Amino acid sequence: MSIIKTPNGYNLDSSGRRVVVDPVTRIEGHMRCEVNVDDNNIIRNAVSSGTMWRGLEVILKGRDPRDAWAFVERICGVCTGCHALTSVRAVEDALGIKIPPNAHLIREIMAKTLQVHDHVVHFYHLHALDWVNPVNALKADPKATSQLQQMVSPAHPMSSPGYFRDIQTRIRKFVESGQLGPFKNGYWDNPAYKLPPEADLMAVAHYLEALDLQKDFVKVHTVFGGKNPHPNYLVGGVPCAINMDGDMSAGAPLNMERLNFVKARIDEMVAFCYNVLIPDVLAIASFYKNWLYGGGLGAYSVMDYGAYPKVNYDKSTDQLPGGVILNGNWNEVFPVDPRDPEQVQEFVAHSWYSYPDEKLGLHPWDGVTEPNFKLGPNFKGTKTNIQAVDEAAKYSWIKAPRWRGHAVEVGPLSRYTLAYVQGVDYVKNQVDTSVAAFNQLAGTELGAKSILQSTIGRTLARALEAQYCADMMVDDWTELMSNIKNGDTTTANMEKWDPNTWPKEAKGVGTVAAPRGALGHWIKIKDGRIENYQCVVPTTWNGSPRDPAGNIGAFEASLMNTPMERPDEPVEILRSLHSFDPCLACSTHVMSEDGQELVRVKVR
Amino acid sequence: MTETFYEVMRRQGITRRSFIKYCSLTATALGLGPTFIPKIAHAMETKPRIPILWLHGLECTCCSESFIRSAHPLAKDVILSMVSLDYDDTIMAAAGHQAEAIVEETIEKYSGNYILAVEGNPPLNQDGMSCIIGGKPFLDQLTHAAEHCKAIISWGSCASYGCVQAAAPNPTQATPVHKVIHNKPIIKVPGCPPIAEVMTAVVTYILTFERMPELDRQGRPKMFYSQRIHDKCYRRPHFDAGQFVESWDDDAARKGYCLYKMGCKGPTTYNACSTIRWNEGTSFPIQAGHGCIGCSEDGFWDKGSWYARLTDIPQFGVEANADKVGATAAAVVGTATVAHIAASAVKRAMQKGDQES
Repeated sequence: MSIIKTPNGYNLDSSGRRVVVDPVTRIEGHMRCEVNVDDNNIIRNAVSSGTMWRGLEVILKGRDPRDAWAFVERICGVCTGCHALTSVRAVEDALGIKIPPNAHLIREIMAKTLQVHDHVVHFYHLHALDWVNPVNALKADPKATSQLQQMVSPAHPMSSPGYFRDIQTRIRKFVESGQLGPFKNGYWDNPAYKLPPEADLMAVAHYLEALDLQKDFVKVHTVFGGKNPHPNYLVGGVPCAINMDGDMSAGAPLNMERLNFVKARIDEMVAFCYNVLIPDVLAIASFYKNWLYGGGLGAYSVMDYGAYPKVNYDKSTDQLPGGVILNGNWNEVFPVDPRDPEQVQEFVAHSWYSYPDEKLGLHPWDGVTEPNFKLGPNFKGTKTNIQAVDEAAKYSWIKAPRWRGHAVEVGPLSRYTLAYVQGVDYVKNQVDTSVAAFNQLAGTELGAKSILQSTIGRTLARALEAQYCADMMVDDWTELMSNIKNGDTTTANMEKWDPNTWPKEAKGVGTVAAPRGALGHWIKIKDGRIENYQCVVPTTWNGSPRDPAGNIGAFEASLMNTPMERPDEPVEILRSLHSFDPCLACSTHVMSEDGQELVRVKVR
Repeated sequence: MTETFYEVMRRQGITRRSFIKYCSLTATALGLGPTFIPKIAHAMETKPRIPILWLHGLECTCCSESFIRSAHPLAKDVILSMVSLDYDDTIMAAAGHQAEAIVEETIEKYSGNYILAVEGNPPLNQDGMSCIIGGKPFLDQLTHAAEHCKAIISWGSCASYGCVQAAAPNPTQATPVHKVIHNKPIIKVPGCPPIAEVMTAVVTYILTFERMPELDRQGRPKMFYSQRIHDKCYRRPHFDAGQFVESWDDDAARKGYCLYKMGCKGPTTYNACSTIRWNEGTSFPIQAGHGCIGCSEDGFWDKGSWYARLTDIPQFGVEANADKVGATAAAVVGTATVAHIAASAVKRAMQKGDQES
């Protein structure tokens, strides 16, 4: 069997045993992964396939642009709000609407709350079970666990031996009940799990603590947006008006009590990141010091649009600056322009869509999304019972976005690589401190580059980003209070609320640092209605199938050359895929109106 | 050996006293009187943890995210102590074959005795292959799991009505659960998403009373869906007084006046947002300044802009239930709202008179 060399430097060998994981669980949405392992159980070919689509962009055509945020918000309920924010930004960009500073700060606090919430829930509830073995926690000595806790995080109050004994008892009874619930059929005797029982017990305790606390974090959204998941947004600003004093303040969306409530939640997020999340990630990582696989395109070929401006509409003040790094050259950062038709383009040669010319990519403003569910000549199974896809042909509901034709990774690790090499002090300090802490715990002498370019690096960057966002929120809140103190209580700009004030035609783009990476929405408005709406989302970049040139995307690249302990138990595959925090409902929501003409099944 | 809920709690070192307190809190959360406390306690003492298969079709996972926000009971207590969440691909440890095997095992071991919770819905276009689980259409997994279940909970507006992917032109032919499963009791818990504590209350009610809650004609639990947001909205007095927000961030918006003129769908939306509120009672959309978008109503995506004023609110007293409104709505042609608003305007005029005098 021949080996295929990809332009981005991988040798794909599909001659070995094929292993299929479907469904890939602990992600948002539905995805499938197939790999070929060689005789030494090392992954030599990786195929990632998005297995759902929903068609939101078509549904948006002809609707009121001011309504779009709610539709696209429902692309994803995990990264809830980030599509809504991207949407209102795209519409405001198209119509030339500038939002007031207070609205900007409130949106920033909401976006950063999402970052902290999403990153915490991802680490503990979606990703932890790739590193942590809850059954092994039963063997732990609660006293030694308490010592470990106090060593890795002296400031965390929940650290007594009795506390860990209670948690252990609860887990034991749960296991002994014979009903293992979500832990059923886990891979608990797989040697891929490396933690000592005490670290397992500590992590299980924090799994439960995080589950209790995350519901409080999101209350920031409830104050500003009325609910979570899916808080409300508004084109032109925010709907939560401010009334600090006098008549009817108590019934107003925002008053002193509401803002104090928000501050209390921000403080909880800061404390959790410092005392629990970062120490946990570093402690767990140090036990996996010999498992630095999964780098792929991470910290190597990366992209982000840039986010969190200190001064709104001034990209030069981005606290996480954007750019592109290619092929591990940290000495050169290319600027990114989402409006440039030559930069961001989507390809469909291996996706279940068709283009007039599938060798070419299309910029989102000119995007075409016509479904074409077709399996290649070498797929195994039947059309409705796929045993193995044929990756030489079309094999995914995800398109393949590329930056000037290059496959790039997006996400917290990409943002952190860009911020680190562009000299953002906060990030440099965080990364250098973490690298030193890792080396100290693990007894290693690794540099930032070798730690970051791994599955562990991806997971670490996410935790560091949560911490940065929590700290930035404190600044945002302080600035908001300062504005109000200075007499500015404006929260919305209604100059162009009325569609009669709009130009006949307009187009705009909105970008957001979504928890999973660079998110962009492109909109065209005509006669007051949406003419075209395209979203290019993080998991589309990371989970993309191959492009016409043969480049593999970030998911596939991250799995390459990883050894598996037991190919039938996909712990290592899940570990690296989960480090991206895949969101399949985000990546595969596109669809054309032609869908209506497909075979219809009769419904009673 | 399957443990009862009470045994699980006791074995975790929870005292009898705390247990009774818990039952009393549960009774309160469900809006039940103190006479129900012993009943709940008895139920908890004698029942094993009921298996749940929680399947995901075309959706956005907001229902799962909402569920884990529950404060009373806490999501961890539901998962560890009340039910046995044997399959839920969002949080389960196993993947691929090992995950699929759990569905089969549950069907075999608990045939007729497990609850099927569905988040999202099956698309029927493309031979169902626009939502693939284990290489096959999600519809296959759904119908297979439904065949042997005791009852179905349709979480959220996707499973109940179709929701956003079923909005016109519904490109994937996303289809709600009750249109593909016909022979099982189905509880619809609509909302995008439903309120966390409503979700856990529905589960707790079923466990406690061993029966479905009373449902309206649409299949929603009456205890949470029999009143409109408008009926219990804290801004209702401003509606009645004819005091409305006219533009975002205007003086009226800052005073918390009624959002009806900004397109609020509270008058036609049946849900518990204005009573139970969101995220442990923290707030709800209207309190935070945006009108209700009606996310728990069938087809709300295609009922006009969020900002278009309602013109057909049938006027009923708060005691009217969904069935009554639904039955009468067809016969009402817009005039009721006009009358309702007219009444408010009169009140406003009167109030103005008061102020001037």
